[in-house]
Amino acid sequence: MSKWTRLALACALVLAPAAPLLAQSAKEPPRHDGIGRPATAAEIAGWDIDVRPDGQGAPPGRGSVKEGEQVYMAKCASCHGEFGEGVGRWPALAQGKGTLATPTPAKTVGSYFPYLSSVFDYTRRAMPFGDAQSLSNDELYAVVAYMLNLNDIVDDKFVLSAETWRQVKMPNRDGFYDDDRETAEKAFWNENPCMRDCRGPVHITSRARSIGVTPDDAK
Amino acid sequence: MTDPTDNSRTSRRRFLAGAAGLAAGGVSLGSARADNAKNLPPEVADWSRKLGAGVGAHPYGLPSPYEKDVIRRTVPWLTATPESSVTFTPLHQLDGIITPNGLCFERHHGGVAEIDPADYRLMLHGLVERPLVFTLDDLKRLPRVNRIHFLECAANSGMEWRGAQLNGCQFTHGMLHCVQYTGVPLRLLLERAGVKPNAKWLMVEGGDAAGMNRSIPIAKALDDCLVAYRMNGEMLRPEQGYPVRLVVPGWEGNIWVKWLRRIKVGDEPWYTREETSKYTDLLANGKARKFNFVMDAKSVITSPSPQAPLAAKGLTVISGLAWSGRGKVARVDVSLDGGRNWHAARIDGPVFDKACVRFYFEFDWNGGELLMQSRAMDDTGYVQPSKADLRKIRGLNAVYRNNGIQTWLLRADGEVENVEVD
Repeated sequence: MSKWTRLALACALVLAPAAPLLAQSAKEPPRHDGIGRPATAAEIAGWDIDVRPDGQGAPPGRGSVKEGEQVYMAKCASCHGEFGEGVGRWPALAQGKGTLATPTPAKTVGSYFPYLSSVFDYTRRAMPFGDAQSLSNDELYAVVAYMLNLNDIVDDKFVLSAETWRQVKMPNRDGFYDDDRETAEKAFWNENPCMRDCRGPVHITSRARSIGVTPDDAK
Repeated sequence: MTDPTDNSRTSRRRFLAGAAGLAAGGVSLGSARADNAKNLPPEVADWSRKLGAGVGAHPYGLPSPYEKDVIRRTVPWLTATPESSVTFTPLHQLDGIITPNGLCFERHHGGVAEIDPADYRLMLHGLVERPLVFTLDDLKRLPRVNRIHFLECAANSGMEWRGAQLNGCQFTHGMLHCVQYTGVPLRLLLERAGVKPNAKWLMVEGGDAAGMNRSIPIAKALDDCLVAYRMNGEMLRPEQGYPVRLVVPGWEGNIWVKWLRRIKVGDEPWYTREETSKYTDLLANGKARKFNFVMDAKSVITSPSPQAPLAAKGLTVISGLAWSGRGKVARVDVSLDGGRNWHAARIDGPVFDKACVRFYFEFDWNGGELLMQSRAMDDTGYVQPSKADLRKIRGLNAVYRNNGIQTWLLRADGEVENVEVD
């Protein structure tokens, strides 16, 4: 190796981007120490159930609002209510439009979920409660289409599939923004917090005892 | 009520006088457990005469039967079903910084997955050169580290967001635990798979019936996340993700996926249900903050507290926990007058990054009413805010990430109440 080659290599190392470990390991050949083995395509296909907002991961299949109503009534309505209103402490799926800035916000699929994938991915992996991952792809598309219809996001004739995925616009898609505490709550950083005479007279504004919802056996 | 500031002036002389009074046994408020004269001096108790149980009576040791009240508790009305619910750590009955494994709070979304470790597999795929499958034995063969970290649910103290509601430290602050994890740095697994240059986010997924999934920025994954299989030396408890969970130091508990089965590498976040519909902070204007992963500095007096009243006047030890997801706890202050005046508390025991610390404040209680508070500060200079200051910024609907200062009202009879002050 010439002096110039060595110098060039040294420069390349010095100038390498900030994540050298990653960049390096991506070029290394696979390790053959027997710790971790290659995942097969079939194994990945069996577990790879996540779906992203852009529809990446959406499975083959299709389902109509009408078909979804049947699935929903059979497998969902007992907890979520016939109209998605929620039974008891089970979550409501519909209504709540226009409530997010009120004292009683209702966070439903229609009022709060930002993306179709947020409800589709969850239903696919976790519902029906107690019988997760039991819906066929067609049933899954259908029941999600029905939830969208309950929330007036799609009409009665809508058929949901990977092809129609991008037609669905969730009402609250612009309702979220990234954590901004370091600026919005900058006042909470204070090297010298007050120690003496920090405030005026103190008044009690609420008492847990008067609400009376603490479990009786609490020791 | 009387001016609580009068009670807070603690001179060394009064302190000593109080201690002497307690030693003489003359200031008890009653309600202590009844004792049995035949076990007390000058009598000799049975346990000093007869042989006790031999070794092996409990191959896995249990607490004394006299400690039967030291248990996780739930609030049944909170949730529709126990499989998607929460139990709370009995913080008021613990000391030091380490939570015993059997007392660590539980939060499940689809019940506890019962996984045969022989059938455990962790799949790592997506934007990687080599998609891999690891067995539990594979993970145990890799270099491991030990880290003590707190885990706090983002909904801890959430029921208190609009005012004092639950009368017990276990319920107001018990979605918290702090244990030592043993595990493989997630970075080592990602390096084995060879992350592609366009990778920016990971999706981590549990093997439970909720298939809990969350998105994590790759910088955090490469920084300090662990794929952990032990807690406090022994294998993870089933309710804590046996055999493998993710450890995401300083970040909200929901992202510490239990029963970890899959990690997928991608170039954008997934916006899963748990990071949109749940665990987002809805502000007064109807917009919500997302991806607010870090748990800010927080503290609470664990004793005295509503479930741990005082039995005597005189020398009194206030004991509490403080923690911060941004770094180390640098300092804790205690107030006895609802935040008018503060005293530096004494931190005792180790102080680790993104871990609980134990603080104490000793004073001479004269029997007057007190409004007890604690205030944590971390090494970034962040000071735990009042609940009122939090609500000024976040409004009444935020619920999650309530790290506001807790107030306990100590009454003359030694009972303690959860109250909120202006």
